[in-house]
Amino acid sequence: MNKILKGDTKYHFLVLAVLLLVIFPTFLDVFRLNLVGKYLTFAFVAVGLVICWGAGGILSLGQGVFFGVGGYLMAMHLKLEAAQADIGCTRELQETGVCIVQSTPGIPDFMDWASMTELPLFWGLSHSLILTIIMILTVPAIIAFFFGYVMFRNRVGGVYFAIITQSTAALLSILIIGNAGYIGGFNGITDLRTLKGWDIRTDDAKVYIYFVTVICLLIVLLIAQIILNSKLGRVTVALRGQEDRVRFTGYSVTAFKTAAFCFAAFAAGIGGAFFTMNVGFIHANFVGVVASIEMVIFCAVGGRFSIYGAVYGALIVNAAKTLFSEAYPELWLFAMGLIFVGVVLAFQKGVAGFYSDVIEPRFRSSKASKYLLWIKSL
Amino acid sequence: MFGYTIGELGSIFAMQGFAGLILFSVFVLMGLGLAIIFGQLGVINMAHGEFMMMGMYITYIMQLLFIEFAPGLMNIYFFVAMAVAFLFTAIMGGCVEFLVVRHLYRRPLDTLLATWGISLMLQQGIRVVFGTREVGVVKPEWMMGSVAVTDMIDIQIYGLVVMAVTVALTIVVMYLMLRSVWGKHVRAVVQNREMAGAVGINTAKTDRTTFAVGCGIAGIAGSAFTMISSTAPDAGQHYIVDTFLVVVFGGAGSLLGTVASAFAISQTQSTLEFFITGSMAKVWTLLIVIGILMVRPQGLFAVKIRR
Amino acid sequence: MATSVLSVKDLTVSFDGYKVVDNLSFDIGQNELRVIIGPNGAGKTTVLDLISGKTKPTAGSIKLNGREIMGVSENRIVKLGLGRKFQTPSIFEDLTVLENLEISFPRGRDVFGAFFFTRDDEVVDRINEVANIIYLEEELETDAASLSHGQKQWLEVGMLLMQDPKLMMLDEPVAGMTLNEREQTAKLLNKICQGRSVIVIEHDMNFVKQIAQTVTVLHQGSVLSEGKMAEVQKDPKVIEVYLGH
Repeated sequence: MNKILKGDTKYHFLVLAVLLLVIFPTFLDVFRLNLVGKYLTFAFVAVGLVICWGAGGILSLGQGVFFGVGGYLMAMHLKLEAAQADIGCTRELQETGVCIVQSTPGIPDFMDWASMTELPLFWGLSHSLILTIIMILTVPAIIAFFFGYVMFRNRVGGVYFAIITQSTAALLSILIIGNAGYIGGFNGITDLRTLKGWDIRTDDAKVYIYFVTVICLLIVLLIAQIILNSKLGRVTVALRGQEDRVRFTGYSVTAFKTAAFCFAAFAAGIGGAFFTMNVGFIHANFVGVVASIEMVIFCAVGGRFSIYGAVYGALIVNAAKTLFSEAYPELWLFAMGLIFVGVVLAFQKGVAGFYSDVIEPRFRSSKASKYLLWIKSL
Repeated sequence: MFGYTIGELGSIFAMQGFAGLILFSVFVLMGLGLAIIFGQLGVINMAHGEFMMMGMYITYIMQLLFIEFAPGLMNIYFFVAMAVAFLFTAIMGGCVEFLVVRHLYRRPLDTLLATWGISLMLQQGIRVVFGTREVGVVKPEWMMGSVAVTDMIDIQIYGLVVMAVTVALTIVVMYLMLRSVWGKHVRAVVQNREMAGAVGINTAKTDRTTFAVGCGIAGIAGSAFTMISSTAPDAGQHYIVDTFLVVVFGGAGSLLGTVASAFAISQTQSTLEFFITGSMAKVWTLLIVIGILMVRPQGLFAVKIRR
Repeated sequence: MATSVLSVKDLTVSFDGYKVVDNLSFDIGQNELRVIIGPNGAGKTTVLDLISGKTKPTAGSIKLNGREIMGVSENRIVKLGLGRKFQTPSIFEDLTVLENLEISFPRGRDVFGAFFFTRDDEVVDRINEVANIIYLEEELETDAASLSHGQKQWLEVGMLLMQDPKLMMLDEPVAGMTLNEREQTAKLLNKICQGRSVIVIEHDMNFVKQIAQTVTVLHQGSVLSEGKMAEVQKDPKVIEVYLGH
């Protein structure tokens, strides 16, 4: 652990870990803890974007695609399980609300409503939890590899890349919404109940899921930190400023850009899967253009160059969204718009920048710095 | 075939083709403004749809004013509305450029985010003033109804009006770009910004005027679209992704490219709609365009600029 | 020549119908320091672009150590032993001097290699060795962005040295340097010729005199004159083109 987290980063990691593992669970009720869990699923995407956009300079406006792939894969598995549970339902049981009678039992309810009589082929792999997890970990990165390699090979950069990724997000959300029978369509995939028999809707379950989310996020953060510490990270940073020099130093720019993009996709996919677990459903709204660009803002607000900042950014913006929407719904979109403009004009380093430029120097001269040094020396 | 006679099929095809032409007009009107901004400034204005939407609402306001104060002149209210829409959105565009965009010229990715933020604020602003629901914009009498071209084919008059506006606007823009002083300045700055500045062209002013004109064109588009689309705060969101693709596919800074690309994409989509569902037609069109762009990112008519 | 490091034959490239490089042929031998001079627009930088793979020639052949490199991608040509320094210092401003040199070390240049790359003794020793040659041994922890213009040029040369190329191409290495820095650069260049060949493009004739063995004069895309500095200076063709330089 000492090799990965040196000096400042050790401190940042520990503070975040304590906040998420100890402070939040102690002081927040189940409802709000579950909300934090939901916010953290977006943090996965933000961390990925720090590598891809902050370090590598590649702006993807289509992270919703990978988030959605992970989310839908998880939902598909859970949905099949819920559908299996309803086999053998009768009218009487339906009255009590325990299950639902379908014309074709064993398939998801939306397929039944669309008068489908058997499971489409591509749902086949979702029966198995192990396969589902493997797919969540690999499919987003594979998609990113394909798209990224072709585009970077053809020197598609900057604005063009952003527009193409945005269009891909639009494409996927339209595809999902237009296919109610195959994938849930406009309503999303809802009514998810159990995972291997364990009911995911109870309060206890939500707390467990929260902790699993946090632990996986911390693991992803460590992986990101390892990347940033390594030469791979340094080359990615070099790419952002001096692509030609990187090429003339013998590195394949295509390969490195694709790698950064694949990592961002990998992280976003995991986030999506946890979203489904925390929230209990998935919907095309989290795949499309608006969601994708919001994910970029979480990263920007947190500080696009800092993986820890990205987590805070996701937490802060989402918390603000919830609070504002309750108290001043009309003002929320204005605030959001201002955040977009502000973070680009004035606060480019985001919260992390504010911390390192304003707060930390004050810290150094205070008694608290003694504790800081002690923690860093552990 | 399919239960229709050849004649009937021909008519269906013609009407579908007409719908495709309307879509083409939409893409051209939206694309022209954005292409000018993108070609000149390298900026993708994510608020472009909202300027269009404001053009719609200006038309709505004009309609109310005319009904209240000059009901006899309803027949021409539309043209007045279009002119006012242009002026208003152009001025707003100039303000946006001055306040936000001009600080971000070296950072096109950041401009994407900033203009998205502006689009959110504009949408919400309209929502607060006019409400979330759509508002009704009335067509002047002469625009209602349709023209029967043949026994089977009926063309809506408002559709013809939209296409006429598109053609007129395209000609005006082309003329401006090729003949006017402003057009010369724009082309000079696009080709060599430093030299343009050195020969006395006020590049900052040219940029601002360009952005304003681009937004103004979006305003005119909005005015025209009140006929074919619902006037609501989120109207801009419907076309924006397509518009970006049209502009990028056409090649940066090439107006001819924008028109060609608008034609290609609109015809692909409307032809596909003939055979498969609306959303799948959209999906396939997007897939084809994205696929081509991934391999040939400079689009159809790339203008060679030595920056 | 069987032992030439670089062999260029009938190299031609046209942009929009204008022949920027016109049937150019020359050879660079082992451990040679060749200076290429010529008036502006003679095609000097373009020749470097062609050799390094940045631009595709319309005709001709380029052989590096006997191996044809026309059409090969830039990073592959680098791996085959070519190092190029650009006119404006192109170093990694966001990294330190040490990191700049480390990135240029020829190990772990693919994605997984870079991920698992460790800064072991071999790397550190080489970095220190090169830092000494380029006068930056005190600046290893400095951000590259904070270096002076001359130091940035040296850093870029250092990055090339780390790659241990068989052929190094330097495009106006002393542009923007003080007289003192130019002297130090001349010493530096004469040192690095051991074990490799170097092509230098330059305008400053005093500097050229300090380093040149053989000089090639380019004019309108082809060789006007070639030989020792003294011979070339006396060549009436060269005098005419340079207007009595």
